[in-house]
Amino acid sequence: MDAYLAAIAIIALIYMLLSLGLTLQYGLTGLINFGHVGFFAIGAYTSALLSLQGLPLALTIPAAAVTAGLAAWPIGLISLRLRDDYFAIVTLGFSETVRLVITSEKWLTNGVQGIPGIPRLFETISVGIGAQLAVMGVILAVTLVAIYAMRRIVASPFGRVIEAIRDNEEALQALGKDPAGFKIQVLILGSALAGIAGAFYAHYITYIVPDQFIPLVTFYVWMAIIIGGVGRVSGAIVGTGLLMLFLEGSRFLRDIVPGVSEVEMASLRIGVVGLLLVLFTIYRPQGLMGDFTKR
Amino acid sequence: MTILAIDNLRGGYSEVDILNGIDLSLSEGEILTVAGTNGAGKSTLAKAIVGLLPRVSGAVRIDGRDILGLPAEDRIGLGIGYVPQVANIFPSLSILENLQVVQGVKDHKARIAELFALFPLLGERRRTRAGSLSGGERQQLAFARALMPRPKLMILDEPTAALSPARVADVFSLIARLPSLGVTVLMVEQRARQALAISDRGCILDGGKVALEGAATTLLADERAAELYLGRGRTEG
Repeated sequence: MDAYLAAIAIIALIYMLLSLGLTLQYGLTGLINFGHVGFFAIGAYTSALLSLQGLPLALTIPAAAVTAGLAAWPIGLISLRLRDDYFAIVTLGFSETVRLVITSEKWLTNGVQGIPGIPRLFETISVGIGAQLAVMGVILAVTLVAIYAMRRIVASPFGRVIEAIRDNEEALQALGKDPAGFKIQVLILGSALAGIAGAFYAHYITYIVPDQFIPLVTFYVWMAIIIGGVGRVSGAIVGTGLLMLFLEGSRFLRDIVPGVSEVEMASLRIGVVGLLLVLFTIYRPQGLMGDFTKR
Repeated sequence: MTILAIDNLRGGYSEVDILNGIDLSLSEGEILTVAGTNGAGKSTLAKAIVGLLPRVSGAVRIDGRDILGLPAEDRIGLGIGYVPQVANIFPSLSILENLQVVQGVKDHKARIAELFALFPLLGERRRTRAGSLSGGERQQLAFARALMPRPKLMILDEPTAALSPARVADVFSLIARLPSLGVTVLMVEQRARQALAISDRGCILDGGKVALEGAATTLLADERAAELYLGRGRTEG
């Protein structure tokens, strides 16, 4: 049971990194990124492939951040001058393109067979709760650094400008600032965080296939920040924690709900998450922690 | 001394020209009202001056230098302040943060203190979220923010739009004070009579061209202007 709880905590922390990236992009800047999972996948495959070449994880995980960030750069350059909804479609298309590329480029990614045997973090520690806790400690430390960095960003001149972009882009242009440059920086930073999350995911799960990087992952992250409160670092943390708690906790519902198969239960859980999201947007649109419109 | 000179300015948002050859000039310390019917090109002219119109030709000179080829961010650096129409603040930021967004200002803190002295209400409520301000207060904040970089020319796009009648007079009296702060004003305004009453000169656009131009008092007394553009005997505000 301890190992199970540690596993849930590790996945929750990985999702928290994804939520923090999306909070930077959407919550603070207003960028509707529906392709977050694409950058998660790039991070996962980059770190997995490099580590299998013998590179240490201390290098492959930063490399995952850099690769995911660099992948965001051209996307930003070509699409950030588009209207919000068009940008959302471009990012969704991008993440599906990433999935198709890793599915078809077998020479590099092994296609649908995926990449097995990815080195774990702390491989020298034997498998068990000790290794789990060590992994959790590292991801927690990185998450705490990301939270600290986000809070510094919010309080910085850069943070004020990106929040101004979210509020009123034209008024910002009237002050002589070019929003596109700031938006590209934010897209790169948020995607780099997704890349780090992807790297941790690959080295934790140790086996990745393209089907792990479907748009549902992106929408789970969206659900988390909407439930927690858009534009709040605390919202990303609380929302992710609650979503993970529900997704994992509801697995046990089958034990008390008779006559429901495993497959039916999985669909039911997603349905309930969707219903919760609808209820939240109707009755508490600012999320549990309050969104950026409250101080 | 001429601060702004516009020659044969043409342009629009797409292929169709909204501005059809505007010639206009503005002397230092003046208030100029640009009036006209809806669709005459008033706000488009304001956007063209500050660099927010995608397609333009002709010339816009500030102190003799043609700025038409410069991006908006460089024009602001040359001393142009712009207050857009209606949605011109950052509602989720506090009043103080709205002013702090403006970077590159010499003596940043001192400038904010000066503006809070000029707009005491903003100073008293500096930590208040701008989204909770009333229409008139928001307009004060928009003016304060545009004044942050000490502009020599301010372009105001319908500064009294969406304000209650009681607040309209406040905003016009604020605009009337700007020349005493060393700011020349070009104001696009629907409430043409009230705007002309505080202006030195006025011009009336029609079909993207200057139809009438002259001293504000002359325009207010002009039969044709009153008939066609200002609304004869209409009570505004």
